[in-house]
Amino acid sequence: MVTLEEIKKSFLASIWFMFLTFPIMVIRVNTVQNEIEWRWKNMILIGIASFILSFFWRNLFRQKIKKGKQKDPSENTEKISIFQKVLKEKKYYYPGTVALCFFVTGFPLLFSLYQINIMITALIYVMLGLGLNIVVGLAGLLDLGYVAFYAVGAYSYALLHYHFGIGFWTALPLGGLLSALFGILLGYPVLRLRGDYLAIVTLGFGEIIRLILENWNEFSFGPSGIANIPRPGFFGIKMSLEGHTIYLYYLMILLVLFTIFVVNRLQNSRIGRAWIALREDEIACQAMGIDKAKTKLTAFALGATWAGMGGVIFAAKTTFINPASFTIWESIIILCIVVLGGMGSILGVISGAMILILLPEYLRAFSEYRMLIFGVVLVVMMIFRPGGIIPDIRRAYKYKGKETH
Amino acid sequence: MLKLIDVQTHYGKIQALRDINIEIHQGEIITLIGANGAGKSTTLMTTCGIVPPSSGDILFNGKSIVHMNPNKIVAMGISQVPEGRHIFPYLSVKENLDMGAFLRDDTVQIRKDMDHIFEMFPILAERQHQQGGTLSGGEQQMLAISRALMAKPKLLLLDEPSLGLAPIIVRQIFDIIKKVNQENNTTIFLVEQNANLALKVADRGYVMENGRITLTDSAGNLLANDDVRKAYLGI
Repeated sequence: MVTLEEIKKSFLASIWFMFLTFPIMVIRVNTVQNEIEWRWKNMILIGIASFILSFFWRNLFRQKIKKGKQKDPSENTEKISIFQKVLKEKKYYYPGTVALCFFVTGFPLLFSLYQINIMITALIYVMLGLGLNIVVGLAGLLDLGYVAFYAVGAYSYALLHYHFGIGFWTALPLGGLLSALFGILLGYPVLRLRGDYLAIVTLGFGEIIRLILENWNEFSFGPSGIANIPRPGFFGIKMSLEGHTIYLYYLMILLVLFTIFVVNRLQNSRIGRAWIALREDEIACQAMGIDKAKTKLTAFALGATWAGMGGVIFAAKTTFINPASFTIWESIIILCIVVLGGMGSILGVISGAMILILLPEYLRAFSEYRMLIFGVVLVVMMIFRPGGIIPDIRRAYKYKGKETH
Repeated sequence: MLKLIDVQTHYGKIQALRDINIEIHQGEIITLIGANGAGKSTTLMTTCGIVPPSSGDILFNGKSIVHMNPNKIVAMGISQVPEGRHIFPYLSVKENLDMGAFLRDDTVQIRKDMDHIFEMFPILAERQHQQGGTLSGGEQQMLAISRALMAKPKLLLLDEPSLGLAPIIVRQIFDIIKKVNQENNTTIFLVEQNANLALKVADRGYVMENGRITLTDSAGNLLANDDVRKAYLGI
């Protein structure tokens, strides 16, 4: 039912928008002739557009509230997306998996080198997202300095190679290990912190690492970075640039699969349950006999491990790194991947990474509006799908005893 | 079973507990009553290791548990139901109970215990797939107690189970406490504001004032004590 009230509210919103956009949309100073142009037509268009938008927006809201009221609170069907429902049915599941496998293996043959490169970047972000998912999604510790571990991974490969000639395959676990160490290093002082305080300290940590890399010339070669990092080798076979890229692509696929496997196992393990308890309620978590300190430190260390390995791959992919690649902006993007995709959900994080990394590449034409679209998408998502694109469904512990009802 | 000897606890410079001496025997229900800010909750927190004492000793079955990590203390068989319930709001009732059995490995026995809990609290069985946060206050309290029981504690610490509940629900909760004590032979240390009901279910009681134990006696005697009646029962 459309009430007069609704129209009135939308009208007020449109007036407010006309007022807000007045300086940029209506006034134009012509500097050549030194006169001011008044584009009143724009104002009317803005008014109409915002009126319609506001009207639809309100309608959507009302429907959302109505839908919420009809639902029985004891059922949580709402949390399962259409995608997951389709996946649940066997008749779609197997063909879907087979098709996905074919697509993934055939990808380098079907698409150009440019596309493969973008896909490798997206896969690195999938790995980073899954790592951060452990810290933010499972353990509920808001980490805004995640990029620091990524940087530690990348620089450990670059520096270890520069000084000791260590190859990619040795650097991969070493980078992960070093990052884990840094994770614990960060974890110790923030054991007592949570929420906003934790976020600020991790933010500072990320910046500290970046500033050290930028200013400690003797150690990290400062802003000029480190070049000539070798690409991953394959039993010493010489490869062309294309061969290297395709090889890296398959390598990345394997690593992502490995990450998914490990994160999935972790999620359903004892330590995974401890993380979930920590996220839900710290006091109750302690009352259950869970070691809070150990749980937090393992979350930081394991999350950082994936970032470190991602960093090693990043260094190997670009063959050149400098501190400019590890700004706070990267942390935000990775965090957005986790939040947009669905906190705690592996499928969600993968889709989040694909959307946030691939879409900007393919929508280069709209690159001016990228931030704007990004913001709008996030706001809309948080209102209509607060759980993310594909929310987490925890494995249900099947109850085999006699049902009491 | 549990013995607090001259325990003192400080929050920074503020002294919350002064020379606390409490002794609890196997199979008893002991209650600690007192006004707001008397130090009742601090006594519990100190016992389960969350707020370490600054001096004194706490013995559990003859072993000192002072300066042990809270998780180690839980592993020894002391479970607590924290003040304000603190259930896991986004986990289902069953997952909440499962968290209670976090330190246990005997899957089969855990199942049986869960069955037993569901028999004792049919309402929880009915709502086992519902999120903990959607339960009513009384149901949440039942869940919190059940969750603590899933750890198979030797000693159960209850912090204000009547907090924010309607009188009829409070009575139910106290019946449950009595039942848990009798059926499982679980020793219970109950911290309560509702002195009247607490003293009715308890065997013995301690009265606390400004961080000190001022009075201790059998529950019956305390109920009859004029000072206690005036101060805590409002009669």
